[in-house]
Amino acid sequence: MLDLLVQGGQMLLVLLLAPLLTGFVRAAKARLLRRRGPPILQPYRDLQRLMRKEVVLAESSSWLFRAAPYLIFGTTWVAAALVPTFATGLLFSWSADLIAITALLGSARFFLALAGMDVGTSFGGIGSSREVMIATFAEPAMIMIVFTLALIAGSTELSSVAAFMLSPAVGLRVSLGLALVALVLVAIAENGRIPVDNPATHLELTMVHEAMVLEYSGRHLAMIELSAMLKLVLYLSLIACVFLPWGMARAGAEPASYAVAIGAYVGKLAAGGGLLALFETSTAKMRVFRVPEFLGAALMLGLLAVLLRFVSRSL
Amino acid sequence: MTTLSIILSAIAAFLGLAALAVPAGRLRAGTPIVYGGALAIAAAAGTSAFIQLVTGADTFIERVLPLGLPWVGAHFRLDALSAFFLVVIDLGAAAASLYAIGYGRHEHEALRVLPFYPAFLAGMNLVVLAGDAFTFLASWEFMSLASWALVLAHHREAENRRAGLLYLIMAGFGTFSLLLAFGLLAGPEGGYAFDAIRAAHHGEPVAALVLALTLLGAGSKAGLVPLHVWLPLAHPAAPSHVSALMSGVMTKVAVYGFIRIVFDLLAAPSWWSGMIVLVLGGVTAVTGVLYALMQQDVKRLLAYSTVENIGIVFIGLGLALAFQANGVAAGAALALTAALFHVFNHSLFKSLLFFGSGAVLTATGARDMERLGGLIHFMPVTAFAFLVGCMAISGLPPLNGFVSEWMTFQAILLSPELPQWGLKFAIPAVGALLALSAALAAACFVKTYGIVFLGRPRSPAAETAREVDRWSRAAMLGCAALCVLAGILPGLVIDCLAPVAQALVGGRMPVQASIPWLSIVPIAAPRSSYNGLLVLLFIAASASIAALAIHRFASRAVRRSAAWDCGFPDSSPATQYSASSFAQPIRRIYGASIFLVRERITMPPPGDTGPASLEIELQDRIWEGLYAPIIRAVTVTARTLNHLQFLTIRRYLTLVFLALVALLLVLALWQ
Repeated sequence: MLDLLVQGGQMLLVLLLAPLLTGFVRAAKARLLRRRGPPILQPYRDLQRLMRKEVVLAESSSWLFRAAPYLIFGTTWVAAALVPTFATGLLFSWSADLIAITALLGSARFFLALAGMDVGTSFGGIGSSREVMIATFAEPAMIMIVFTLALIAGSTELSSVAAFMLSPAVGLRVSLGLALVALVLVAIAENGRIPVDNPATHLELTMVHEAMVLEYSGRHLAMIELSAMLKLVLYLSLIACVFLPWGMARAGAEPASYAVAIGAYVGKLAAGGGLLALFETSTAKMRVFRVPEFLGAALMLGLLAVLLRFVSRSL
Repeated sequence: MTTLSIILSAIAAFLGLAALAVPAGRLRAGTPIVYGGALAIAAAAGTSAFIQLVTGADTFIERVLPLGLPWVGAHFRLDALSAFFLVVIDLGAAAASLYAIGYGRHEHEALRVLPFYPAFLAGMNLVVLAGDAFTFLASWEFMSLASWALVLAHHREAENRRAGLLYLIMAGFGTFSLLLAFGLLAGPEGGYAFDAIRAAHHGEPVAALVLALTLLGAGSKAGLVPLHVWLPLAHPAAPSHVSALMSGVMTKVAVYGFIRIVFDLLAAPSWWSGMIVLVLGGVTAVTGVLYALMQQDVKRLLAYSTVENIGIVFIGLGLALAFQANGVAAGAALALTAALFHVFNHSLFKSLLFFGSGAVLTATGARDMERLGGLIHFMPVTAFAFLVGCMAISGLPPLNGFVSEWMTFQAILLSPELPQWGLKFAIPAVGALLALSAALAAACFVKTYGIVFLGRPRSPAAETAREVDRWSRAAMLGCAALCVLAGILPGLVIDCLAPVAQALVGGRMPVQASIPWLSIVPIAAPRSSYNGLLVLLFIAASASIAALAIHRFASRAVRRSAAWDCGFPDSSPATQYSASSFAQPIRRIYGASIFLVRERITMPPPGDTGPASLEIELQDRIWEGLYAPIIRAVTVTARTLNHLQFLTIRRYLTLVFLALVALLLVLALWQ
């Protein structure tokens, strides 16, 4: 019963925290740029406003265009629900492991890219084509990171990996360090942050994600934005639960410790969001054909980490 | 009546149908009769093979018929491996026949297809039943020739004739390699029956040679790089239901040939054989999908994607060999099951995708993606089924393509146990190649679906497209349903494959039926598990909850309007992204070294309103580097030898005399 509560609570928590995290990152970025910026709660208001508005559909759009936002939201939410946030030993953790979570995000991307091509405009096409190009680097890099973690923890299930990372058996390892750097690079690219993509711009030929969703409006746009926010929470939770597992409640802990764990989790998200804002303000957007070098580095680091694990048990 | 006799009678029935098709093909009703008959026979054979696989698959049946070589006879043997491949073949055959009841009506020269189609099915069924080398090779060649005749069904197009010639040469080369492999296996005593080969001991050099020859023989039929060149030409040239069979099923017969020889007849592999197969598989997977991404012809793209999937199957087989060589039975069983699962999956979704491309071809007359677009509005059923196929082949959960790729990844994660250093470096690299090919496949099928079915019609033909007949729709929806079922209930498929793995590598995966909630577990539950059914339910539940909540509490208003497109919508569909522009980033990044891509942009001078042009030049380096020199050498030799045709009688006599002297000299030196 408690397990079910934890699983349900975590699904709601990520959903509720997602706009807050995005608002926090935006506010932090604005502060760093010496602007006042929108209030932290602005994303909630934006979502509410978008949901109330009518949808303007292009005449050439099909049912896929209308179904895609919900499918993208559904797959992203399921993926986010399977990443341990404040407690290990999630109830449904066995239904999809880390490889499956990566692939679920791939499914979301598949539909998003198709939706970008559905209306038949050149902006949608350019976004989709770049998105899948970036994915051809980010996905293998992610799989290499998953391999490293799985080989260290002896399991691809994220709850077991997190539990293993909490145990004293881990220690400092070269491969873990490489995997962390690779994961950060992948997370930046997958969430369309600077220097790969810029979530704040519209109508710039360098853009990827925003070009794909250009035709969306109203509640559909709200779902897509919410999915993007969820994805950011997902990646930060993933980094936190694997590399900073401290403070997480173990399976079967007392209810009081869950409160502490939630506090620790929110703290980790805030720290991650702050670092992201700092990083984004200190770098410049790169040309789209420089992205392969950026993500190629992630892929190579990931591969190196896996090779180290194959060659030696202690590295 | 045993299963073996049922299948042998089914083969006889196929051959009878082929003979019947010659007179029946002249009638209007000939097409439904032949395809309906093929459907019934394939369904019967497939069902009995399936029952055999599920129930008594550990007892094999053998029969010797007085055909073929008089002192050997024709051995037919049905074991778990054959039963599994019979299911794959006859399931694909049944789907293709169902599809063709409708699709076949559009054939202009029905007599060029109808008699060869059942013969082709008979050939494929025969290959997996063969119990001796002679029967195997004869059926293999029969299958090749029947499919060659089908490739040449539309022989008036020069491109198809070229494809047919190349196919014939490559098929001959493949059979020749297999002939040599069986010659080596049979040894000087000539024990051609598989039982005799299995009983004999093969030394290391013989095993290495046989592996190399099998890779050449079965690999050229399956489409392993660099022996794949005929495949993307020949598979699309045939009518679409035959393309589906060639890509979805015949390549699997080649995989069967490889497994039969390397796992069953040779047995006891060494670790380097696993490594060779593994690396070849990895290279094939990535090369195949990169070639696919560069294509604009839907059917050719699908054929190249077959090359990729064969690569994934061979990665699994290579891992299985490596595990088996080191005595890790659980790992070998997992890798082999993953490979066979992918064989099954690929036969389903590749058939589905070829059916879809055939439907598009019927509706629009176009195979070139640049002339399609927006078909989701005019062909809703085809579009839906094709979407399922695209998702499945891209390896997206909760469909079946993901499960087999996931199992291959799990097998890779077991492999640090293997002691050899070569494997320690090769396996992670191949794992990265596998992940790369999966991501590229997703890109490739976003492109295919987005350009063909989404957007706005790019030609008048696409604008007037109509949904295809109900037979074709039924076949596509059936394949799509099986893709979903195999994706959400993978445990059933894995359990069916257990006897095959048990027989070949002496191990099996855990019994999946006993695992709660229909999850699958490759090794042990805490290590990794996956549950496609729950994933599907979760996605469906969260998506519909979101949709319902928003429609109930927020807004459900919809207004149709022109596309926004940043305020500059262009009414011409030519301004949409095209297939080649979609592939541009990938072409630029990966293609520079692999295809030596050169893009030339010619801009009109300022003030001139003429169109600008973009020329893209791709080089097929495998063709240029490997095949072109051989062709040049053959041409030069032929031209030189051609002079021999125009000599005087005196010179001919001199030549004959010299040849005689040379032969006598050789004989004299020999003794």
